[in-house]
Amino acid sequence: MTNKDQIQETSTQRRRSASELRRENFHIMLRTLQLAWHAYAKDKAAVGALIFIGIIMILTIFAPYIAPHDPNEAVGTRGGLPGTDGLILGGDMEGRDLLSRLLWGGRIALLTGVAPTVAATCIAVFLGVVAGYIGGWIDQIIMRVLDVFFAFPLVLLAIVIAGSLDPGVSTLILSITIALVPYIARLVRTTTVSVKQEPYIEAARAGGATTPTILARYVLPNTLAPVIVYSTTLIGLMMVVASGLSFLGVGTQPPEADWGTMVSDGRAVLKKAPHASAFAGFMIVIVSLAFAFIGDGLRDALDPRARVR
Amino acid sequence: MTRFIAARLLMIIPILFGVSFFVFMLAHIAPGDVTITLTGPYATEETREKIREAYGLNDSLPVQYGRWLGHILEGDFGKSIANRRTVSDLIFPKFANTLSLAVTSAALAYVIGLFAGIFAASRPYGYFDRITIASTLMFGSIPPFWFGLLLVLAFSLSLRWLPATGMTNLIGGGGPVDVILHLILPTIAAGAAPAAIIARTVRATMLEVLSQNYIKVARAKGIRRGIILRKHALRNALPPIATICGLQLGYLMGGVLFVEVIFAWPGIGYQLWQAIQARDIPTIQGASLIIGVSFVAVNLAVDVFNAFTDPKIRISEGVRSR
Repeated sequence: MTNKDQIQETSTQRRRSASELRRENFHIMLRTLQLAWHAYAKDKAAVGALIFIGIIMILTIFAPYIAPHDPNEAVGTRGGLPGTDGLILGGDMEGRDLLSRLLWGGRIALLTGVAPTVAATCIAVFLGVVAGYIGGWIDQIIMRVLDVFFAFPLVLLAIVIAGSLDPGVSTLILSITIALVPYIARLVRTTTVSVKQEPYIEAARAGGATTPTILARYVLPNTLAPVIVYSTTLIGLMMVVASGLSFLGVGTQPPEADWGTMVSDGRAVLKKAPHASAFAGFMIVIVSLAFAFIGDGLRDALDPRARVR
Repeated sequence: MTRFIAARLLMIIPILFGVSFFVFMLAHIAPGDVTITLTGPYATEETREKIREAYGLNDSLPVQYGRWLGHILEGDFGKSIANRRTVSDLIFPKFANTLSLAVTSAALAYVIGLFAGIFAASRPYGYFDRITIASTLMFGSIPPFWFGLLLVLAFSLSLRWLPATGMTNLIGGGGPVDVILHLILPTIAAGAAPAAIIARTVRATMLEVLSQNYIKVARAKGIRRGIILRKHALRNALPPIATICGLQLGYLMGGVLFVEVIFAWPGIGYQLWQAIQARDIPTIQGASLIIGVSFVAVNLAVDVFNAFTDPKIRISEGVRSR
C-alpha cells in the first residue's frame, strides 16, 4: 500500500465517521438529557416546584385574559376582606382587586427575578472563563475590579445603584445584574481554573485545537453545570431582592402592580386589612422557595456521579 | 502571623480606593444636571456655569475624584441637599444605632443557628432535624421587610406587647429599658435570615465531621454523646462556622436597612433610604461609603480571627516564619 492510498483511505474513513459521529453525538446528548431527567425526577420536591413554577408562569403570562378586573382600577371597598364585593382575595387599600394585582404583579416579580440572574450569568460566564483560562494580568484586572463590588453587601449595592438612577423596572434589572455579576464570576473563574488543569484540555491542545475551540467545546460545558445550579437558586433570592427594592420605592413605580410594591402598599392598611400585604409576601416566599427546590434538583441532575446511582 | 495580618491589610487598600471611586461615580451616573438641582429649573445658563465653576464641575474626572477623596479623608462628606446639614452630621450619629441593631441580630442568629444546627445534626432526620430543615428553608427565603410587617402585625397591632416603630417612646421615653423594648422586634426581623443560613451551615458541617472515622472511634470507646458533640465534633467544625458567622455580621450592616425602614429605626440604612427618596446624592454617597467600609472591616476581622483560631493557618504561618 502506497502512502497516497493510505491518506485516501483515512480520509474516506473520516468522512464516513463524521456523519456517524454527529448522529452518535446526538444520541449521547439525548441519553444524557434522559439520565439527567431521571436524576431530577427522583427529587419529588424539585418536580413539584417545577410544576408549580410552570403554573405560575402560565397564570402570569395570561394575566390579561385571566385577571377578573383591571389591576389598577378600584372595583371594591378599600381594604375589603376576601370574598367581599365578589373579589375572591378582597381589595387593597384603594379597593383594587387583589387577585388581579397578584396575577399582574407576578409578571414583574418573575421578570425581575429571572432577567437579572440570566443577564448576570451571561456576563459572569464570559468574565470568569476569560479570567480563569487566560489568567495573568487580564485575570488580575477583572478579579480586582470585582473585589471592589464585593466590598458592598449585595442588597445594599443594588439599592445604592438603583437609588442613584431613575426608578423603574429597567433600573431594577440593571442594578441587580451589576450587583450579582461578581458572585457568579468568582464561581466561574474557580471552576475554570480547575477544569483548565484536566488532562483532556491538555490532550485537546496537543491535538491542535485552538483556544476558542477549547473554550467552547471543553471548558464551557464543564464549567456550566455548577453555574446553572447556582444561578437557579439565585433566581428566588433575586426575586426577594427585587421585591425589596420595589418595597423601598427604587424599583417598580405605583400604580404598577408588583409583589414588592403590594407588600409596601399593604403597610398603610396593615391593621384593617392585613391580607393586602400578606398574599403578596406569601407569593414571594413560596415562589422563591420553589426556585431553591429546582436548584437542588438540578444539582443532582447535572452531577454525573449522582446520575449513575 | 503578623505577616499574614500585614498582607491582609495591604490587600484592602486598593479595595478601599475602588470603593471610594465607585461611590464617587454614583453622583455621575445619576441622571439630571446637578446645577439644575442646586439652582432650580429657571436659572440662566450663566448662573449654572458659575455654579459649575465654583464646584469645580468643569475639571476632569480624576481631578474631581482627587479633590473629593481629600475632603472625605478629612471627614468632610459634603452638604446634604435635602437637609441643609452636613452629611457627616446626619450619618455619624446613626452609625452606633445601626451597629447595635446589627450586633444584637447577629447575636440572636448565632445562638439560634448554632443550637439548632448542632441539635439537628446530632440526630439527623429526626423530628427536630426535619423541623430545622423546614424552617431554615422558610426563613432563608422570607423577605425581611415582609417578616418585619408580620411581626408588627402580631406583636404590636394585635397583641400590643411591643412598640412598632422608633427607638424610644416620644413621651416619657428614653433609658435602656425603653430602647431594649424597641429593639426586640427589629432584632428578630433582621436576625431570622442569618439564623437560618448559619443553622444550615452548622448542620452540614457537623454532619460531615460526625461521619469521620475518629468520631466512630470515640463512640466505640464509649465516650458520652454530649462530649463527642462538644469536644470532638464541634471543635473541628468551628472554622467554617466562624467564617459564616462573621460574613453574616457583615451582611447585616447592609441588610438591616429593610428592618430599619419598617421599624423606623434611626440607623444609617434608614437615613440612606430617606436620602434615596429625596434623591440626596451626597448623603447616599456618605451612607454607602460608611456601610461599605464597615463591611470591609468586618470581613478583615473575620479573616484575622480565623487565622488566629484555625491551627492549619497558624501552623503553616509558623513554619514559614521560621
